[in-house]
Amino acid sequence: MSSVEALAASVASQPAKRPASVLREALRLRRTQVGLAIMVLLMLLAVFGRYFAPFSQVEVVGDGLPNVRNVPGTLFGSDYFGSDVWSRFLYGGRPILIQAFFATLLGVGLGSFLGMLAAYRRGRFDEILMRSLDVLLSFPQLLLSLVVIAMFSPSALVVILTVGFTTMPRVARVVRGAALQVTERDFVAAADALGESRLRVLFSEILPNVSASLLVEANLRLTYSIGLIASLGFLGFTPDLSAASWGVMIQQNRSALTFQPWGVLLPVFAIALLTIGTGFFADGIGRTVAGIDRGKAEV
Amino acid sequence: MKFVVRRLLLGVATLFVVSLLIFVLTKAMRGDTATIVLGREATPEALKELRSDFGLDRPIITQYTSWIGGVVTGDLGKSFTTRAPVWAALSPRVSSSLFLLLCAGVVSIPLSLAVGSYAALHRDRRFDSWSSFVLLAVAALPEFIVGTFLVIVFATVVTKVLPATFYLSPDQPPWGNMKGIILPVVTLSISVLPYVARVTRAAVVEVLESDYVEMARLKGMPERTVLWRHALPNAIGPIFQVIALNLAYLAGGVIVVEWLFNYPGIGSALNDSVRARDLPVVQFLALSIAAVYIVTNLLADIGTVLATPRLRTRLT
Amino acid sequence: MSAEIVEKASPLTATGGLVINGLRLEVEISGHDIVDEVHLTVPGGQILGLVGESGSGKTTVGLAVLAHARRGVRIAGGQITCDGIDVLSLNAEEIRAIRGGHVAYVPQDPSSSLNPAIRIRSQLREVLDVHNFGGSDAARTARIAEMMGEVLLPSDDEFLDRYPHQLSGGQQQRVALAMSFACRPSVIVLDEPTTGLDVSTQAHVLQTVRSLAALHNVAALYITHDLAVVADLADDVAVMYAGRVVEHGPTHEIFSRPVHPYTRHLVAAAPDIGGEHAIRGLSGRAPAPGKRPQGCAFALRCELANEACRSAFPPVTTVGENHRVRCFRAAEIVHSADESAKTPSPSRGGPPVLRLENVNAGYQGNTVVHSVTFDIHQGECVALVGESGSGKTTLARAIGGLHHEWTGDIFLDNDSLANNARKRTNRQRMKMQYVFQNPYSSLNPRRSIGESVLRPLLMMGVNRADGEREVNRMLELVSLTASYAHQYPNQLSGGERQRVAIARALVCIPDVLVCDEITSALDVLVQAAIVELLGSLRKELGLSLLFVTHNLPLVRSIADTVAVMNKGSIVELGPTEAVIGSPQQEYTQRLISDTPSIEASRSGTAK
Repeated sequence: MSSVEALAASVASQPAKRPASVLREALRLRRTQVGLAIMVLLMLLAVFGRYFAPFSQVEVVGDGLPNVRNVPGTLFGSDYFGSDVWSRFLYGGRPILIQAFFATLLGVGLGSFLGMLAAYRRGRFDEILMRSLDVLLSFPQLLLSLVVIAMFSPSALVVILTVGFTTMPRVARVVRGAALQVTERDFVAAADALGESRLRVLFSEILPNVSASLLVEANLRLTYSIGLIASLGFLGFTPDLSAASWGVMIQQNRSALTFQPWGVLLPVFAIALLTIGTGFFADGIGRTVAGIDRGKAEV
Repeated sequence: MKFVVRRLLLGVATLFVVSLLIFVLTKAMRGDTATIVLGREATPEALKELRSDFGLDRPIITQYTSWIGGVVTGDLGKSFTTRAPVWAALSPRVSSSLFLLLCAGVVSIPLSLAVGSYAALHRDRRFDSWSSFVLLAVAALPEFIVGTFLVIVFATVVTKVLPATFYLSPDQPPWGNMKGIILPVVTLSISVLPYVARVTRAAVVEVLESDYVEMARLKGMPERTVLWRHALPNAIGPIFQVIALNLAYLAGGVIVVEWLFNYPGIGSALNDSVRARDLPVVQFLALSIAAVYIVTNLLADIGTVLATPRLRTRLT
Repeated sequence: MSAEIVEKASPLTATGGLVINGLRLEVEISGHDIVDEVHLTVPGGQILGLVGESGSGKTTVGLAVLAHARRGVRIAGGQITCDGIDVLSLNAEEIRAIRGGHVAYVPQDPSSSLNPAIRIRSQLREVLDVHNFGGSDAARTARIAEMMGEVLLPSDDEFLDRYPHQLSGGQQQRVALAMSFACRPSVIVLDEPTTGLDVSTQAHVLQTVRSLAALHNVAALYITHDLAVVADLADDVAVMYAGRVVEHGPTHEIFSRPVHPYTRHLVAAAPDIGGEHAIRGLSGRAPAPGKRPQGCAFALRCELANEACRSAFPPVTTVGENHRVRCFRAAEIVHSADESAKTPSPSRGGPPVLRLENVNAGYQGNTVVHSVTFDIHQGECVALVGESGSGKTTLARAIGGLHHEWTGDIFLDNDSLANNARKRTNRQRMKMQYVFQNPYSSLNPRRSIGESVLRPLLMMGVNRADGEREVNRMLELVSLTASYAHQYPNQLSGGERQRVAIARALVCIPDVLVCDEITSALDVLVQAAIVELLGSLRKELGLSLLFVTHNLPLVRSIADTVAVMNKGSIVELGPTEAVIGSPQQEYTQRLISDTPSIEASRSGTAK
């Protein structure tokens, strides 16, 4: 049990899983199932909800009075502007989700490339890269995003770029750690000894062996990006203040919280569920990749 | 000692590059700074005055050196909007925020250590699975969602036992309104608790699974000794690290939480100054928040080394 | 020791020593047996060697003696008596009281078993304190000094105030020994205490174990996978396979007259510094818990197995005085002396293929290999032997172009090689191939076996169809079948993986194979099989080998020439028989005399 062979086997078998089988295995955990269900539901709502909205997002309903709880013909009354809360809610998810998706794509793509490269090249390149990333890591993500967005304009592109670039160093660090374990293994040395091109070593020897960790990281970063972009909206840094967006809605309607809570409640629950769903999903996959709780019934 | 000096130098170097980055970012604003600050209707004389007043007409390198020189000597310049010295305007806010951080730290760190260790010691029992489930859910939530939820429950819709916003008369210190500080502190604590608790659990599980803990049991040590003498001291290092990381995280969290509760600290000051493009204030606040991160990390690294004989005896 | 506990002594075996009766341990969830029907007896003052391959359950048995089972494992039945105390019937508090006091454990890896945050004095002291040894502070302080003396370590304050990481591996293991002997236990379990130690350190530790056990009349259970160690040390030997004890007898009997087919294979596969026999391996692996057959677990690999073996678990057969075997065919197995095939004769005839001249290598200016010069002729096998830290792996990696910081000349077919494999020509890279130590890390787990072996061919410009044919041929050459091409590394055993790694190297049609400790992660039967394979490949293909190893006995079974390395220099170089038979250098002489030998025990001259 405690012999060299068993030890070597357990160490070596860890990063060997492929994403597809990780997903399959992860879906046996209840938290992954719950996470995926919530996530898919909220994503559908965010993307397609607007086609079921009774009003447009800027239309004034009823008598045009703001913050009225019971407006005939509406489900949840009117908001601070006199628009239909339910319609704005149905419209308000898509921008967050789309921006978060692209920001995550950018951050995880760039970060994982740099992380793998640093782990493979080692030496001075690694040192300099990691120190530069440390500089970026000294800023809380929100702070750096806030400063950059304020200096430019809060357009969707700027939000995506900022959130993506502030995600990048965090991903790079994690992926470098995972890739270091791979590059230390002999099959990478074997490829080097054979004279394989460096790019090929990176993409066909190292990448497949960190892909499962990448999957976890991407899900985790999606969760955080959603939260970050919603927070930016809440602080008022959003491309178009009149366009509905969950984070912005909370900010706009919270002064009327005592007598018309729906304008806050709906987006609060939506953001909460969306982030919890993606968080659960990411954790389920993470546990599977790390080999925790394998074959055990888990909450 | 050599390690401490090297680690300090690295911290200073990082801080220097951080200051450069902040400066470059704040200079990257599109358009003419003076026009943006004063608005389109500003007279040419006013613009000129602002530029010369704040040295905006000088070469960019000179601007940076005079700024960083000022930071080092304690002269932070004047605010664009109020024309008051930055330090005088911000110092009460800095202490308010530090107080908020302190409260959040005092609440969240012992609590998360307790939750994490308890879960590790009762691994795979009911408390462990449920706390992991709840912590996971909470970990995903952005702070403003947690805060808004607390406001809904305790200050508006459900009950009204606590104030929804923090109110303070101008010359009152933040501890003058302890009731108002409860929700901000709870929000921040809830936001960091999952991370510290999970890392604590992992660190404690790791030492409990270690060969030396098994050996201690095989030597016939009582379970109490195994835990307090053989296991926990070895978990301190990693826990130090994560506490530091989370203090730094709290420093970022105040940006949203202070804005949410209208708490008069540097977080809301940052929000205001960013909106007003009040560059001297933005620069100072960004630098100090980054400095908090760098310093806590530095302390954690040194603390870890001191708490780990294997590192301590090798490096000093 | 409280009177209460002593009262629980079993009436049947109220004698000294260790008696294990019908022990069974299971996986907690599934109930599959990890260990079953284990009966062992160790009288006081004697050492029983418990031998088995990884996964055979030997450590599990050892821990059960202290009434301890690892996470997920349950002690499901049987009886263990230590010096008259029925260990498994004690409650938690009573167990705590006998552990460390009455029954002690010496861990496999002291570097992870000593607490890194506690000074060794305190770690020694606490075991005395908790068992209230000697009744007074002064007695305990004196005992610490005495213990340190017994394990030949200094007992001054400076030494005792050290942390474990400030000691060498051998010192750590001796501290662990001192700790386990501290309260004068009557039973001690030693779990591979010399794994990872150099032979000279191992010799010291074994000497200490031997004298302590004799001195204090301790019953010692010595767990190991290394037959030579037991041959040198133990009075009796028990052999475990797939959770069962298959043979149990006096040491010289087991080695001179092994009966169980598994034991016979083990003995045949063990390289021996004193013997001359070529080692023979056995393919396959022991079935894991839950996959074990109804009958004899070895039947799957046994050439003598018949229907009876497959249908029922064999009962104990006594074949000699205190010599018991679990084999249906024990009576039929007539011992015949192993016809010892001679070691492949030196074939130093051809021209030199690989030549090293004045090679120095190091890390960041720190030289760890000093002006090494030797050459390998066509068809020759040169063994590079050294203890850990001798620089042998650095040298091997430098030759392979994987370690770049070296000076001097390495010629392959009279062409001088570049430092970095990437800077060498494609032909040079193909002509010399490197086989890595750990087969669990040298194959990309995300690539099929076929793809891994095919890759070098594609790089040489061979087309896919021809390449795949060649891959199949190579897999058969290393005694696998073409069907392996579609499998992934995690479906293979360690030995199979190493065969694949060899196939991947051979597919390039190399002249030289650099084998870096390629058997050190493998069990002894598999190791022997790999060595056999290399021998036949040499004959068939005229390959030259550089065989890097720390295992001196193994050299005897494979190499024509030996280069002994110490502290970065080659201290002795010559034909294998000459170097091992009559070493000239003091270092080599010590190395050989410190290496335990099976031959000595066979002829009854051990100890």
